[in-house]
Amino acid sequence: MEWFFNFPDMSRSDLREFKKTVDFAFTDFSRSYGAEIEGFFEPLLMFLVWFEKFFINTPWPLIIFGILVLAWIGSRSIPVVIGTFLSFMLIGYFGMWEDTMSTLAIILVATFLCISIGIPMGIAMARSNKVQAVIVPVLDVMQTIPSFVYLIPVVMLLGIGKVPGLIAVCIYAIPPIVRLTNLGIRLVDKDILEAADSFGANYWQKLFGVQMPLALPTIFAGVNQTIMMALAMVVIASMIGVKGLGLPVLRAISNQYLALGLMNGLAIVVLAIIFDRVTQKFGLRMQKYRNDSKD
Amino acid sequence: MSENDILIQVNQLYKIFGDNTNEALEFVKNGMGKDELLEKCNCVLGLNKINLDINKAKIQVVMGLSGSGKSTLIRHLNRLIEPTSGEIIVNNQDILSLSQKELIQFRQNNMSMVFQKFALFPHKTVLQNVGYGLAVQNIPEKEWNEKAKKWINRVGLDGYETYFPGQLSGGMQQRVGLARALATDAEILLMDEAFSALDPLIRSEMQNILLDLQNELHKTIIFITHDLDEALKIGDRIAILRDGSMIQDSNPQEIIMQPADDYVSDFIKDINRARVIQAKSIMTHTKVKSSGATVKEDMVLEDILQIMSDAPSKPVTIENSKGKVTGKIEMDNLIQGMKRPKSQGTNITG
Repeated sequence: MEWFFNFPDMSRSDLREFKKTVDFAFTDFSRSYGAEIEGFFEPLLMFLVWFEKFFINTPWPLIIFGILVLAWIGSRSIPVVIGTFLSFMLIGYFGMWEDTMSTLAIILVATFLCISIGIPMGIAMARSNKVQAVIVPVLDVMQTIPSFVYLIPVVMLLGIGKVPGLIAVCIYAIPPIVRLTNLGIRLVDKDILEAADSFGANYWQKLFGVQMPLALPTIFAGVNQTIMMALAMVVIASMIGVKGLGLPVLRAISNQYLALGLMNGLAIVVLAIIFDRVTQKFGLRMQKYRNDSKD
Repeated sequence: MSENDILIQVNQLYKIFGDNTNEALEFVKNGMGKDELLEKCNCVLGLNKINLDINKAKIQVVMGLSGSGKSTLIRHLNRLIEPTSGEIIVNNQDILSLSQKELIQFRQNNMSMVFQKFALFPHKTVLQNVGYGLAVQNIPEKEWNEKAKKWINRVGLDGYETYFPGQLSGGMQQRVGLARALATDAEILLMDEAFSALDPLIRSEMQNILLDLQNELHKTIIFITHDLDEALKIGDRIAILRDGSMIQDSNPQEIIMQPADDYVSDFIKDINRARVIQAKSIMTHTKVKSSGATVKEDMVLEDILQIMSDAPSKPVTIENSKGKVTGKIEMDNLIQGMKRPKSQGTNITG
């Protein structure tokens, strides 16, 4: 009856062997292919460095002006623009300008990557139930696995630096855009698709002329979520060498600097709020045809 | 155009929804009914051995209650639904043999469709909606804009070009739907309960618009409806479906005078016969002029009654559109015509 009270697990030596095998296999893999993989990401790294330098080296009034123009184009709302202006002035005044620019750079690149990979994935999922059945569990894993767990192999492969940080951010932030693109396209009214079919529209005409435009508000909710999640990853990414607002927060945690942690944490919050308001207002404007219906 | 110019032929068409349709098809061909099939194969019988010839430049109405297969049938004509077995010939071309590419071509050029729930593109303006069928053919924007404007004008929506469908009333939306279908100049127009979602006054207005357009354009129209009054008003021929089977296909007067079975009798029970039945359906054939007034063949009983009430004993002379005497009507004919007929075929109970 011993098996009843103690779980019949594998022996300790077997388990040790098992773990060793996995570890060695991956170490061997990263030893033999690490250089190639790093080489593959080299252009991305160069772009990241250049992009970050661009943000930091451009004089701050120009950056603020550019951001305000983008905020206006996105939101068409005076309060949002004023709020953005005040937030960036405060961030600069409290000495967090450079870190904020670094964070902004990596968030923008991460969002761009997520969108350019995530939307085609979502489209593929919407087109085929089989593809959906494969991708959904992968997304589930990506969203639930503790981020530290996938930091390990990423760091083993690519070491510490911007690129592994960016990859970690993307793994965490990409699921919403994929899911919501898929959902948005699948939710398009069957009657409307039938109408497009009856007039002889082909697959691409349906996709770009009917499905994507009608799914756009949903897709945009996905972009919004992706940006929010990317921002949430900033602190964790700073553990593997990403510069920016996350680094001071990390320092504050280990040294119990309350003010430093609070300030940089709030700066992240402010960035998140600005991104959120601007993208949400933009998303709302895209579905204007729904809002002023007659009855 | 002669009466017998057939444009669309539907031959031995079966549609079974579900898995294992081949086995189910055998059962159906051996006479299994809808309920039994559902029980035995877990398949739904959509269409059961449909044969239908549709004349060129006429309005063919397909009528039936919901679930009778009428919407399924119309979607076979442009292959929005694939048949289980059978043949559909349009313009001497077997459309079931078309490849995906040819099918898209065929839909662009030969058929367009109007939907019950309008199915307009909510993110496109009225102009873009009407021009959609042309835009997917990669016709230059300027050209389709012009054509679309012409059709918007034709359905009476001038000035609404830049509106979105959501800003229009139901009746106006369906005008957009009609204009969108007409804009491609397709010869065949499929109308799936196109006016059923509209309120009665608007519906009648839309029927008149359609008939006006038809007088001018001579399209081949397949019109689905569950409303007998509508069918009688616009149909050149009426086909009646029940549980996926064709019960009767004849001209409107025959449907009223000689219903094929109890189901059809039931259908026509509530109509105002005096307002629908025409002189030619009840007259006694003769070439001799009678003593009373002279009226046209297609005058309805109600109007003849008005004339006869002045002189009940004098039979009315009936003449055809060329002014030739073809028959006479006496009071007795009127009374017989008003009476609801017994069905012609075997009675179906239940």
